[in-house]
Amino acid sequence: MTPLVPDDIEFELLLEAIWQKHGYDFRQYARSSLRRRMEAFLQKYNLASFSHLQYRILRDPSFFGRSLDEITVRTTEMFRDSFFFTALRNEVLPILQTYPALNIWHAGCSTGEEVYSVAILLMEAGLYERSTIYATDINPVVLEAAQEGRYPVAKIKEMTKAYQQSGGVLPFSNYYTCKDDVAKLNPEIKKNVVFSTHNLATDESFIDAQLVICRNVLIYFDRNLQDRAVALMTRSLSHRGFLCLGSKESASFLKAKVNLEVFAKDAKIYRKL
Amino acid sequence: MRKNTRIIVIGASTGGLEALRTVLSGLDRDLNGIFIICQHIERSARLNYKMIFPDVQDYSLTEVEDKQPIESGVVYFAPPGYHLYVERLGYFGLSLDAPVNWSRPSIDVLFESAAHVHGCQVVGILLTGANGDGAQGIREVKRLGGITIAQNPESAVADIMPRRAIETGCVDHVLDLKEIAPFLVRLLRKDHSSHKGAL
Ligand SMILES: C[S@@+](CC[C@H](N)C(=O)[O-])C[C@H]1O[C@@H](n2cnc3c(N)ncnc32)[C@H](O)[C@@H]1O
Repeated sequence: MTPLVPDDIEFELLLEAIWQKHGYDFRQYARSSLRRRMEAFLQKYNLASFSHLQYRILRDPSFFGRSLDEITVRTTEMFRDSFFFTALRNEVLPILQTYPALNIWHAGCSTGEEVYSVAILLMEAGLYERSTIYATDINPVVLEAAQEGRYPVAKIKEMTKAYQQSGGVLPFSNYYTCKDDVAKLNPEIKKNVVFSTHNLATDESFIDAQLVICRNVLIYFDRNLQDRAVALMTRSLSHRGFLCLGSKESASFLKAKVNLEVFAKDAKIYRKL
Repeated sequence: MRKNTRIIVIGASTGGLEALRTVLSGLDRDLNGIFIICQHIERSARLNYKMIFPDVQDYSLTEVEDKQPIESGVVYFAPPGYHLYVERLGYFGLSLDAPVNWSRPSIDVLFESAAHVHGCQVVGILLTGANGDGAQGIREVKRLGGITIAQNPESAVADIMPRRAIETGCVDHVLDLKEIAPFLVRLLRKDHSSHKGAL
């Protein structure tokens, strides 16, 4: 392995500065991808080094607010990985039928596409009326967009296809109305969703849930922080609750796996022991 | 992972699976190397690597999961739809960051992270492809002391990718497809004997 060079050291100091000044802890994020994003950031603002960026972040009050959105990655879509939603629909929801009330925690929900995909499944399974979805993210900017539930019409075709691939059989147009080039989700879908900021790196458990969904968020963390987050989410599960991770994420490299069993292997659905 | 283990990163696009078959089936067993492959592929593809590479028996073929440990004697593939990174802590990382050169996984992303972490231990190889992904990665591998190889464009199904790499002036060896595996075998065997000599 190559020794650390000045760039690497400046980078660590930058993360320390963000933590101390703004209270956001990225020190345990996966380095390689975080580093690449921050380098793009330097270019965008025409900054010569991480030390220059650190200076801006410490002295320019409005600067960090803008940068949060670039440090975190908001990529998301409806019904991503249709096989996951198929498994949720056919294997998990029938078990959740037996509960009189359901708490669902959706961690790292980004702009809401995945939350509303789950809401649609719950509606179709007749479970939505008794459900509350707590949808959280570190980034207040994406939460605002999520709350709106308005998506470009250009995306509808893709969304419809993904919905059908996941086993949806109703006309997908039941779920939105179009105005100009914006598709607005129907209010019933949003009815039982509560949005709030929550940082998986520093905040604590706030809920007792039967289902926790956290997909494509852990990939941004190093192994230690993944362990913290998975332990936190497992603590937030009620007895025999379900934890859903992203398709390429895995609990099997974590210490926190001792409290989980594999429920659906490819869909990365785990169950609390 | 031993200290002198080579990290062989391979990028390929159009025509890549066929080319990879030639390279991988030419590797002897027990080479002290880690093979990491970024093949551009449709993001919903689900591949059965054993079926695609029936001749490769001495190495296990694995599609990377996030935070999977990096081990010798394994051929790793970037999962469709995700960028693949080498992390300092001896494991892989993945991300859904925006596509680079219209590609996710991107060869540049893999090559740059491997070069930053493993410097002169890296061997970067670009095979056939019809876009410019990988050229910047080859530059970084070279800058940080690694060895760089491009498939001879004449022997490639699509020649743009190896050509762009060669145009950077950072490619050490331009090899016909069939020469690549024997080159790697010689290189890794030589490492092995010089390492022994040093003991
Ligand atoms: C790639 S998106 C995934 C969105 C969605 N779950 C999906 O899979 O489609 C990652 C999200 O994780 C959020 N995130 C990053 N770090 C976080 C943290 N420490 N705590 C909570 N959310 C975080 C980002 O703001 C972003 O919205």
